[in-house]
Parts: sequence; C-alpha cells; structure tokens
Amino acid sequence: MHPMREAHSMGVRGLVPFGPWNWCLLLATLQCCEASSELNRSTDSSAQHELHVRFAAASSQPAETISVFTLDYDYVQIPYEVTLWILLASLAKIGFHLNRRLPGLMPESCLLILVGALVGAVIFGTDHKSPPVMDSSVYFLYLLPPIVLESGYFMPTRPFFENLGSVLWWAGLGALLNAFGIGLSLYLVCQVPAFGLGDISLLQNLLFGSLISAVDPVAVLAVFEEARVNEQLYMMIFGEALLNDGISVVLYNILIAFTKMHKYEDIEPVDILAGCARFIIVGCGGVFFGVIFGFISAFITRFTQNISAIEPLIVFMFSYLSYLVAETLYLSGILAITACAVTMKKYVEENVSQTSYTTIKYFMKMLSSISETLIFIFMGVSTIGKNHEWNWAFICFTLVFCQIWRAISVFALFYVSNQFRTFPFSIKDQCVIFYSGVRGAGSFSLAFLLPLTLFPRKKLFVTATLVVIYFTVFIQGITVGPLVRYLDVRKTNKKESINEELHTRLMDHLKAGVEDVCGQWSHYQVRDKFKKFDHKYLRKILIRKNLPKSSLVSLYKKLEMKQAIEMVESGVLSSTAFSAPHQAQRTQETKRLSPEDVQSMRDILTRNMYQVRQRTLSYNKYNLQPQTSEKQAKEILIRRRNTFRESMKKGHSLPQGKPAGTKNIRYLSFPYSNPLPAGRDMKVAEFTDHDGSDSELPPITFNTHSPTESIQERRWTPEVIPMKSLHRAGMPPHFGYGRNVSQEEHLGRSRRAILRPRPLFHAVDEEFESQEESEEEAAAFGSLLSAELRPGADGNLSHSPLLQRK
Amino acid sequence: MGAAHSASEEVRELEGKTGFSSDQIEQLHRRFKQLSGDQPTIRKENFNNVPDLELNPIRSKIVRAFFDNRNLRKGSSGLADEINFEDFLTIMSYFRPIDTTMDEEQVQLCRKEKLRFLFHMYDSDSDGRITLEEYRNVVEELLSGNPHIEKESARSIADGAMMEAASVCVGQMVRARGPRPHPPLSACQALPAEPDQVYEGITFDDFLKIWQGIDIETKMHVRFLNMETIALCH
Repeated sequence: MHPMREAHSMGVRGLVPFGPWNWCLLLATLQCCEASSELNRSTDSSAQHELHVRFAAASSQPAETISVFTLDYDYVQIPYEVTLWILLASLAKIGFHLNRRLPGLMPESCLLILVGALVGAVIFGTDHKSPPVMDSSVYFLYLLPPIVLESGYFMPTRPFFENLGSVLWWAGLGALLNAFGIGLSLYLVCQVPAFGLGDISLLQNLLFGSLISAVDPVAVLAVFEEARVNEQLYMMIFGEALLNDGISVVLYNILIAFTKMHKYEDIEPVDILAGCARFIIVGCGGVFFGVIFGFISAFITRFTQNISAIEPLIVFMFSYLSYLVAETLYLSGILAITACAVTMKKYVEENVSQTSYTTIKYFMKMLSSISETLIFIFMGVSTIGKNHEWNWAFICFTLVFCQIWRAISVFALFYVSNQFRTFPFSIKDQCVIFYSGVRGAGSFSLAFLLPLTLFPRKKLFVTATLVVIYFTVFIQGITVGPLVRYLDVRKTNKKESINEELHTRLMDHLKAGVEDVCGQWSHYQVRDKFKKFDHKYLRKILIRKNLPKSSLVSLYKKLEMKQAIEMVESGVLSSTAFSAPHQAQRTQETKRLSPEDVQSMRDILTRNMYQVRQRTLSYNKYNLQPQTSEKQAKEILIRRRNTFRESMKKGHSLPQGKPAGTKNIRYLSFPYSNPLPAGRDMKVAEFTDHDGSDSELPPITFNTHSPTESIQERRWTPEVIPMKSLHRAGMPPHFGYGRNVSQEEHLGRSRRAILRPRPLFHAVDEEFESQEESEEEAAAFGSLLSAELRPGADGNLSHSPLLQRK
Repeated sequence: MGAAHSASEEVRELEGKTGFSSDQIEQLHRRFKQLSGDQPTIRKENFNNVPDLELNPIRSKIVRAFFDNRNLRKGSSGLADEINFEDFLTIMSYFRPIDTTMDEEQVQLCRKEKLRFLFHMYDSDSDGRITLEEYRNVVEELLSGNPHIEKESARSIADGAMMEAASVCVGQMVRARGPRPHPPLSACQALPAEPDQVYEGITFDDFLKIWQGIDIETKMHVRFLNMETIALCH
C-alpha cells in the first residue's frame, strides 16, 4: 500500500469517531489553512511587486504608494503557519480526549501523525510549499532539547536507579546492537544486484541503521500505565525512551563525520578506534556537564525565595545551557540535559515555591508537546508529497530487520542481564519489550536531516523510515495494549500511602543493615551511602534552610495538602447546605442536623476519604495528572485562606461557632502538634462522652466541664485513638458504610482535639468566655498561632472565613 | 574425617532448614565467625563491630530483630541473649529472594513470613499489635538520621499513618460484614458490635491488608549470591 493512501484512509478512519462539534472545529481550521495558503499564493505572485512598492515608499514618494489595505503574509508566514498547526493539533487532541473510547484504543502519537498527514494533504493539495522550519540547526537547537528535558525531568528517579544496571545495559547496548545489526544486514541486502541498491555504501547503511534504531516508546508508556504493568518493565521501556535518543544521536553524528571523511580519504582502523573512544567521551562528557549544571541551578534556586517568578527561568535556562555547552564541546547535549534534569529535579523541587513548581511542570510539558507536534506535522507533510523513492526490497527488508534485530537484542541482552538479576524478566516481559519497539519523531527527524550531498538516496531512506514509523506506531502502538492484557503481564497495584512509604523506608534501611551484617556490598548500600552523602553535604549546600529535610516529610505534606484540598472542596460543596451567615449558624448549631444533611456529609466524606491514590510514577507525555493539577491550583487558595484566617481568627474556629458539617469534614488534617512529652506518661483517658456529643451539644460539653479540665484530659490522650461511633438521634441506627464514616470523623475530631497546640486552647478559652468581644486579642493569638502552625496544618482551621467570603 | 563428615551433615541439615545453598552457608559462616570473633555465638555487642551499621538510623531495631525470639521461632516474646549460627541463618533466611520455581502457595507463605518479620520490627512489645506509640517510635527512629526534623513532624506522620491504617482496616471490616462468610479476626471486626472500642493498633491481619498489593517479594530480599566482597570489620 502506498504510504500516502494509507495515511489518507487512516485519517478518515481516525476522524470518524469525532463528534460533530469537533468536525466543525476541524473544518474551520482547515478552511483557515486553506485560506492562508490561498492568500500566500496570491501574495507569492505579487510579492515581487509589493517589495518593489515598499522600497519605493521608502524612497520618498509617499503620496503614490500609501495603500489603505496591504497584505504582508510573507513577513508572518512561518510563525503564522506554525501557530495554526499547533492550534490544529491541540484542537484535535481536545477532540481525541472528548471521545471516551478513543484514547484507550490508540496512542496519541497516532493522532498527531494523522493531523500532520492532514496538514500535509492540504499543503500538497494547494501546491503550497511548507515553510522551511525544520532544518538541522532548528531541530537540534530548539526542537529536540525540550523533548529530552521533559522526559528527563519526569523520570521516576527511584525505580530508575534501582534498575540502573539493566536499563543501561539494555538501552545502551540494545541501541548499538540494533544499529549495527540493521545496518550490516541491510548492506548485505544491498549487495544483491536485482534490487538495484548497489550504490548504497556500508557507511550509509550503518547510518540508516543508527537512525532507524532510535526507539521512541512514549506511546507505549501510556498504554503500560493504564495496564499497570510491573515497575521493572515500565522502567525498562522508560529508560529506553530516555537514553535511546542520546545514543542514536551520538552514533548518528559520528557516522556522519565518518561519511564526510570517507568522501575524501579512506578510513583507517585508527579512525574507527577513535570513533569508539569518541562515543564514550561524548556520552560521559555529556553526563558530566549535565550533573555540574544541575547542581549549579539547584544551588541558585536556593536564593530565589524573594523573586520566585524567576525560578522557572533558572531551571529552563540552566538545562538549556547545559545542552548548549555540551554541544559546543561536541559532547552529547541530550545526555547532558537529561543528567541536568535528573540532578536538579530533587533539589529544585524542594527549593522553589509551589507555584513555580507548577509552572515548571506545565511549561515543560507544553514545550515538549509543541516540539513533538511540530515534528509530527513535518512528518505528515513529508509523507504526502512527491519526494519519495519506493523500493520494495529496501523497505520490506528494513521493516523485517527492524523486528528481527529488536527480537535478537531483547532476548540476548535480557538473557545476559537476567543472570545478574534477582528478579529476572520473564519471557512475557521480554515479549512486551520486543513489541514496544515503536519508532517515532526522533528517527524521522534524523532521516529528514540527512545531508543530500552525502546521501544521494536520501529520499529512499526517508520513505523507509516513514514506513517503519507508520507501521510501528499504528499497528504495534494500537495492539500493544491488547497484547499486554492478553499476556497478562505481572502487574503492580501500588498506591501512594503514607504507610507504604514508611514501610518502604524501613525496608530500605533494614536491607542495608542486613547487608552490612552479612558483609555485602550491593546497590542498597550504594544508595545508603549516597543518601548519607546527600544528607551530609549536598542538601546542606543546595537546599534552603527552613524546608522539610526528608522526602518522607514532604510526601506526608503533599498527602496532607491533598486532603486539605479535598476538605476545602467538600467543605465548599457541603457549605451550600449551611451557607447561612455566622449568627444564623450559631443558632442552627443548637438544633439537630437533619438526616439528609448527615447523609450528604457522609457521602462527601466517603468520597473524599483515603481514596486509593494514583502512584506518582505516572507519566504521560502530553498531560499532567488532573488531580495533581487541581491540587496545585487549590494550593494557592489554601494558603490565601490561611493568611486570611489569621486576621479573622475569632469565634469561627470555636467548636460551637460553626456548623457540624464543616467541622466533621475537617477531620482529616492533623495540626502539627506539640503535645507535651510528659503527657505520654500520664494517664490515658477516654473522653468519648464529651467528644461524642460535640456536634450535637457543644455548649454543654464546654459548660459542664470546665474548659481547662477537658483540655487537660484531651491533651493527655495521645496513645488511644477512640473509635466509638456517634450516636446521633437523627441518624438511622444501622448504617453500614455510614458507621465507618462516623468512626472516622470521630477519630479525626478527637485527634484534632488532642493535637491542638496549646495556644489555640487559650485562644479558644478566651473566646469562649468573652464570646466575640476581644477581637484584637484573638487576632494576637491568631498570629501567635500561625507562627506555630505550619501551612499543612490549616486543614484544622475553620472554613468559615473562606465560606463567608464566598 | 569424622568431624568433617559431621560438619557436612550439619551443613546439609541447615540447607534443608533455611533453604540456603552450601556455598552461601559457608560464606555466611565465615561472616558469622568474623562477627563473633570465632566464638560459637553472637551477642549484641558484636554488632558494634560493623562500622557501616553505626550510621543506620534503625540500627537498634535491626540488631534487636536478630535476637527476637519470635523471629528465631523460639517463643512468642522476649529477646535471646545470644544467637548461634543456626539462628543467624534463620534470620538471614527471611531475606532470601523468592524462588521463581515456587508455586503460589509457597509464595504466599514466604510473603507472610517476610511480613511477619517486618511486623515484629514494629511491634516491639510483642503483644501482637502495633500501637500508636510503637509506630511513632519507629517513625522517629527512621527520621532520626536527620537533625532538622522535629519530633512533632515525625509524630504527626505516624499519626497520619495510623489513621490511614485504621481506615484501611475499618474499610475492610465494613466489607467483611457483607457477603463475606468469614470475617477476619481483627480488632476492628469487633468494632461495630461495641461502639466503645478504641482502635488500639495494627494487628498482623491489618498489617497484611496494608501490604496488600505491594509486592514485598521483589522488595525484601538481600542477595546472597556473590558473597566475595566481604567488607572488613574492626
């Protein structure tokens, strides 16, 4: 099948499931494109004239040449068309994701290719020449770095380093094996006179092999994520995606240099040795510079707390600088920027503010998706056109060899590395790895950039590359999901919970300890050593003083923050039921809540409570996790709320000063308490009676017991989490799920009471006695409180300020 | 001759008991002697000789685990004063990787053993329950390597984890009340009947629940394959 027709039919098929609305959008954009190209044609013809006119205008004859309406399309052509392309691709993506089933069926790169083919068809149909956006320098200087930076930055560090040996072995050696295997076997094919390929030299074949072996399995990663394949397998593919580009590009550049040399003189064995040495130098040097720049940028972000707007800039510029510096020295910029991203990520994330962090993440995703979209559109544009050379033999053999050599390298390399692994990759895993050899934008760009002077049959190479890409992306990319499900690859269902994190930490130390005891040295110990070094020196130098110093703490904070946000959301939700002003709330408080209210609160709680969380590992080339984005967006809200409540600190946070609903919902966050250490030795008191009646009859609670007394009791109760369920008159006695919730909320509430720091209690007492008279005093306490409480603690605080403002 | 014979007999016996290969046993024995100073048993003080262990934040817990009677399968509580080589191997055998040839049942058994070992690290008073206090201790110890972390944050982390654990277990409980014919015997199971009950701590069953889905078999193992690189100890 001719690739053009194939693409066309695919395009139609791909577009069919779009809703009518998306059709409209697409058509509109298409119209725009066509219109623009029409315009362009007309301006092309009149360009000469216009130019003349402008010069004439410059040469002091204004009256004659001022025109009311002129068009200068040439001036804006490139950015104009690029913008339209990106917009079109974005609209297509929106349509793609509006459809529920489609994203599960095919990878997103399919869509991008289809859009590219569509644009290509439009350009081809209108005889419009595509603007020369893509050339070697544009690709290597502007399009490639963002893609690499993004995948480096979002790499899940821990599993990567846990499997570092296998990843390097597979990604590094696999690329080399593939490149040389494919190159050499194609060279043999070229020797057959019947195919008419005699003029393709060995070097050219090797070069083609190197570019066609650049695997880009990002599309597959999305599938893996959905299927939740085991971590090792995921890491293999991710590591391949990460390192493969770098290795192929290095190989490509060296081979291009060889080809140039070959034109003028013979290549001697010394040169080949030099090439091998160079390969190593280029790789290691790149990594070295990357690490250096990563540390520098981490160090600089240490001092940016007052101008946090500059933080993302620092991150991006230093990453780019590492790339440029490496390229200047003829080292591998790709590896440099990857290493830079990996190095700085850890420290930068702790240094920069939350908003900057969000900005960095989104900006990175955005840049890389722009680059990729452009490359795919170029691919589509060059798919449909006249510059193809079709040679059955070459193309078919390329396709076959790609698969064969991938199979060989997978099975051979994993056979070896399995000998050293405690948990070997099963045959199923290996099959999946073999099948995920999807080629992508990288191969195409390298083929497209081949210098025509050195490669007379460049067209053939481009065509073959396109065929391989289309084949792998469409056929393998679409079928890999069903294959994973069919093979029933070992899965992981990890959830991110604080318990798991703790256990994993404990396990790490335990393993390192046991290895110490039995006198071994392995990667647990290496990690242990690195961590110690990291704590002793690196973190002290690179990270701001006042920040949490352990990833465990920061994870906890993250989780807590998330819960706080859920609280706010649910609080806002439930507040519709209690949106009465403050005074009204107070009166309402004494009344019993209606069963519906209780039920709705319960629903909210069950929905928001300890849901199984997505693992952080999740990686999607084009999207960030929606939850995390919400999280970050809401974080500002939370902080603002926190500052706002400092000034509002008064009756609202009193137990009786707000509706039970919001109070119940707040249970999940714990304040950073400072329970008195002595208290642990004191008696363990049960306070369920006072607390249980909290929501119903709070005044009684506080009136019957003298406040200080109850506080005393509460404070001395750190050991026991009461699990008593509430007996509310308004609630049905038998509750199934509901009971669970009430226990939970109860538990949380009591915990809150326990952990409430001392100043708050004073504030509460005072306010309780003097009701709302002492505003200044309360504010003073509030500020005192805020000094003690950290931002994470705000889940404890009242919602009312926020709600009232709303 | 006779001594050699009995020695190899002994090795074979140990092989059967602990699942180590004879090479591994030999290596471990060498290490054991190194640690004990050619004595037949190891005492707690011997662990001070391991220089790398000093920096381990949960050092005391690890050492304790070696002497824990529950781990040695010698009793339900208490600590042994000294352990001999067989005990040493028993402890080490908890860290054997799971064989790929094992069937599902064996894997489950092995998994449970490993988890039990971990559980014992938390449950320091051997009452079969990780109480909040114990949990806090562990977390504090885990974070003790870092002087910048206040005790409060360690505490609140432990509290959060405890809450989470409680919710996991309570959630299980609710479901168990429904169609499941055999509700697990856990503390929380009794809860709905007696509302006044408190959640006293994580039982082993709860612990298993928390670990559900985390494949410990790929995590909790130490390599005993290439034992050549024996680090020196002074």
